Amino acid sequence: MDRVPILRIGDVLLVSIQVDLQDDIALALQDDLSQRIVDTGAKGVLIDISALEIVDSFVGRMISTTAAVSRVLDAETVVVGMQPAVAITLVELGLTLSGVRTALDVDRGLAILAGRESGVVAEADDDDQLDD
Amino acid sequence: MTSSTTEPTTYAVAADADVVRVRQAVRDLAVQAKFSLVDQTKLVTATSELARNTLVYGGGGEALVALLDKAGRPGIEIWFRDEGPGIPDLDLALTDGWTSGGGMGLGLSGAKRLVDEFEVDTAPDRGTRVRIVKWRR
Ligand SMILES: Nc1ncnc2c1ncn2[C@@H]1O[C@H](COP(=O)(O)OP(=O)(O)OP(=O)(O)O)[C@@H](O)[C@H]1O
Ligand SMILES: [Mg+2]
Repeated sequence: MDRVPILRIGDVLLVSIQVDLQDDIALALQDDLSQRIVDTGAKGVLIDISALEIVDSFVGRMISTTAAVSRVLDAETVVVGMQPAVAITLVELGLTLSGVRTALDVDRGLAILAGRESGVVAEADDDDQLDD
Repeated sequence: MTSSTTEPTTYAVAADADVVRVRQAVRDLAVQAKFSLVDQTKLVTATSELARNTLVYGGGGEALVALLDKAGRPGIEIWFRDEGPGIPDLDLALTDGWTSGGGMGLGLSGAKRLVDEFEVDTAPDRGTRVRIVKWRR
């Protein structure tokens, strides 16, 4: 079984998913990431999914769980690079990725993790800033 | 009137790697049939959900993929079938968020939203068959 490589840049762990993600590889990645957060004391996890052609309920759950676990381990997860067709499909599928921060690209994701920008947190009933 | 323009191709669904293989086959056919990128993505995502259900709950089975033609309009039809335990309460299983395992309970209900035709035939002594079709817009 292949494993998705995890790179370390300062106190951020960077994962770039380049394959059509098989379920067991997604689960292994989830475990590897938790372990690496503990081993390195990383404060942020950046998951680049720009090469992913679909996000289904399984990968969605992997992302949500990773975000939740990293939060408990005092690290923040940002998902970057979701393709528009994937985003549209995700919404229709009914996946909310609640509690997961997203950004358009790696640079913006890193900026969020560096605390320079505030990202969008997908959370129900928390988006009424627009109707002022 | 609908007529199959290709003989269905059968794919085994017996391991995680098979789910990936079925997804890729459906993607290739959707590209060939000139589906929009969004429609390709919706169909492949629905395929992924249903193939995984076949594997996880049905104990494995197969997927049959065929290209359809309705008065010049291409469509893709996929059958998923297994001889597993069947789904005791289909209405419940089709409810968003309902899972008998540790899933998100979005596979069946979500897949239904992503395609144009969706039929389930399931019984404890027959296993489960799901048929989906998506037409090119
Ligand atoms: N082929 C099948 N054979 C038997 N039971 C099935 C089959 N497909 C689905 N089910 C039942 O229907 C339930 C709902 O399926 P659904 O795909 O919607 O959610 P899930 O697989 O539990 O979670 P996920 O959101 O990860 O797909 C399953 O939990 C399972 O009990
Ligand atoms: Mg499912």
